[in-house]
Amino acid sequence: MLIAVELGLIYAVMALGVYLTFRVLDLPDLTVDGSFTTGAATAAVLIVGGTPAPLAMVAAFLAGSVAGLVTGLLHTKGNINGLLAGILTMIGLYSINLRILGQANVSLLGEDTMFQALRVMGISRGPLLIGVLVIMVVVIKVIIDWFLATDVGLALQATGDNEEMIRSFGVSTDRMKMVGLVLSNGLVALCGSLVAQYQGFADIGMGVGLILVGLASVIVGQAIFGTRTTFVATGAVVIGAVIYRAAIQIALQVGLTPNDMKLISAILVVIALLVPQWGVFRRSRRRRVRASSTPAANPTTRSAAGDSASGR
Amino acid sequence: MLHVDGVHKTFFPNTVNERRALRGIDLYLDHGEFVTVIGSNGAGKSTMLNAIAGKVAPDEGRIWIDDAEVTKQRDHVRAKVVGRVFQNPMAGTSPDLTIEQNMALAYKRGHTRGLGRGVTKDKKEFFAEELTKLELGLEDRLTAKAGLLSGGQRQALSLLMATFSHPKILLLDEHTAALDPQRADLVTRLTEKVVAEQNLTTLMVTHNMAQALQVGTRLIMMHEGEVILDIGHEEKQAMSVDDLLAEFSRIKGAQLDDRTLLQ
Repeated sequence: MLIAVELGLIYAVMALGVYLTFRVLDLPDLTVDGSFTTGAATAAVLIVGGTPAPLAMVAAFLAGSVAGLVTGLLHTKGNINGLLAGILTMIGLYSINLRILGQANVSLLGEDTMFQALRVMGISRGPLLIGVLVIMVVVIKVIIDWFLATDVGLALQATGDNEEMIRSFGVSTDRMKMVGLVLSNGLVALCGSLVAQYQGFADIGMGVGLILVGLASVIVGQAIFGTRTTFVATGAVVIGAVIYRAAIQIALQVGLTPNDMKLISAILVVIALLVPQWGVFRRSRRRRVRASSTPAANPTTRSAAGDSASGR
Repeated sequence: MLHVDGVHKTFFPNTVNERRALRGIDLYLDHGEFVTVIGSNGAGKSTMLNAIAGKVAPDEGRIWIDDAEVTKQRDHVRAKVVGRVFQNPMAGTSPDLTIEQNMALAYKRGHTRGLGRGVTKDKKEFFAEELTKLELGLEDRLTAKAGLLSGGQRQALSLLMATFSHPKILLLDEHTAALDPQRADLVTRLTEKVVAEQNLTTLMVTHNMAQALQVGTRLIMMHEGEVILDIGHEEKQAMSVDDLLAEFSRIKGAQLDDRTLLQ
């Protein structure tokens, strides 16, 4: 189970990227499947070539950003449907990823990866490594929270929330969508580079179906913890990623094989999307909505509403 | 301040659905003029506002704002000098963001958006002060999500957001039409107040002829894509709804009652 937590924390980086497009921009971005591998391939090849791991990870982030920019340009300047734009970039990236890797996979065994460096410092698998990963993910989460609270970040949120309105205040929503896609795919590629270093190799097929893992983490986490503020929403995504890995781990222990993983992911996303619409869960959600809107409608408890709404 | 010169717009040209929405609109607004716009459905009122805002590209004609030609500027670029309030109360605010975050977005109209904090302590104080003017108690609910507000509250907030960032032109597209009479009155009062305070050059489309006569400094009537009547402040004040209808009949040579015009 400790390995599941480690993996969950690593994949949380990607889930945060998916959160930026899927939730904040309301634009499900399928580039992820390709840009994840791009990040892994870029970092792996650089590390094998002798580049220090941190630098290789920065390069992976940038490579992913470029992939996001391509999707963004196709979608905004090319007026191509967002889903299709993502698919086009994803398919194109397959060939590019093969070019980067030079072969179907590149081994990182014995190379100076980030995890190798941690091992040398005495931090190998287990609680210590989890501690390091938690710090890393929290730092990224806090950066995203901060970014979303800046003027640009607010404009990004409004772009996904009410495009017409934010345009009427002079924001180019095209540009905002590109900013979101660039950041998102940068994070996804960074996660790819981490996964490659963690498992000791980069493989051309490692990103296949990954968008589902991201969506599952976002949807499961936010179904449980909600999205009242950015702080809660991003936290929910991180915990959702860990829950997702734990669920996969349990499925494997029950007797399913790694070959069943994609099916499990798909079913998990379906469950997370359907359950909130059913009976008990729906009622509890309604109650939450009513609880937050009643004081708002009643002027005498206005200040109470203000207090309860100030989540930050 | 605003100059619309010979603007034509035809939707779906050369098809069975062809609709000539604007047939040569000429309009000149001085700084601080508050013009109400009336006309039946399909008269081209909204299309004219959309052409000024940059949402609709004219087929012919040119538009200037404050001596700068904006005909080819995209809507979000023009938004630096054009404030808008829409008919749908949900359209003017971002429901998932808080009141203060919405105001922070509006506050940055016409400025570069960087990585500075969107909502700072100073801004909060300023927002609360501005919200006090609405007399809706929203200043105590800065951190409530805009989606939780009622239609009237959201529309009042939209109006404040559209105006406190000092646009050169304010466009109001039937912004009270979706509200109940009481809230509509409130928003109309607020509109008059803020337009007067900031001396904003304003175009307000309305379906309510009494309101069109009562509010603003000038009235124009549109029909089938043309401005058919343009009356100034004094003349307007002396007029009743019946006079207005009679004038319309005289120009168009047709018998119309208030109801047909309102349709």
